[in-house]
Amino acid sequence: MAKLSVEWINPFIEAAEEIMDTVAMLKLKRGKLELRENSTVAYDVSGIIGITGEAVGSIALSFPKKTAIVAVSNFIGEEVLGIDSDTTDAIGELTNMVAGRAKKIFSERNVKLKISTPNVVVGKNHTIVSPKGTPSIVIPFESDAGELAIQVALKPAV
Amino acid sequence: MKIITVDDSSTMRRIIKNTLKRIGYGDEILEAGDGKEALDVLANNSVDLIITDWNMPVMDGLTFVKHIRADSKFDDTPIIMVTTEAAKEDIITALKAGVNNYIVKPFTPDVLKDKIDTVLGKKD
Repeated sequence: MAKLSVEWINPFIEAAEEIMDTVAMLKLKRGKLELRENSTVAYDVSGIIGITGEAVGSIALSFPKKTAIVAVSNFIGEEVLGIDSDTTDAIGELTNMVAGRAKKIFSERNVKLKISTPNVVVGKNHTIVSPKGTPSIVIPFESDAGELAIQVALKPAV
Repeated sequence: MKIITVDDSSTMRRIIKNTLKRIGYGDEILEAGDGKEALDVLANNSVDLIITDWNMPVMDGLTFVKHIRADSKFDDTPIIMVTTEAAKEDIITALKAGVNNYIVKPFTPDVLKDKIDTVLGKKD
């Protein structure tokens, strides 16, 4: 996997679909992948995890407020009403699970990655800008609770 | 039965606490947000079981486990690592550091009960 290709993206898609189904009870329907140089979709809350190892960059899991509330309520088994510290913590943990699952899939293909602890960004219609020279691939999803997206910004380590 | 759960995510601590209560291990549960905080709690408390995450700020779970295993006071205290780090080499690293058993997130209540029963010697 010398260059950024679909092989770098599919494990994240597979992980997001599996984790969101298992712990947030949301079946995801994948939309069209988009390559973006600058920013991702403009949603309200994003969990972001840094990636190092044989590839360097980040993965973000981004939600509109409405989808985040349903996903977190399903995840923790209690109804949440808005984006508070408990909600952002849960979004961070969901992102952590997606990145961890993807890391395992890469490991089975003999690709070694390390993942950071999650950061969570909250802000209406915020965007995430990846470093210059690191293109972002945005994968939008539809679910019964609304839209969400993952953004993979990765480049192979030199 | 006294258990400490160590995780930087308050969500995961809440889920683990609720699950422990559901499977009959909820008598007394202490909490810590990272390895260093857990060492501080354990300086003044003894526990029957440690459940820890791996990826945490300040002091990660692997470093925490090494501290625990270097202290003879905890020779008989089993440690279960509950983490997203599911790669085979990660599991081997954790076991070498002194973890008794390993659970990959997300997990079911049955899996947690099975692992606890195993490290407590309640299963063959």
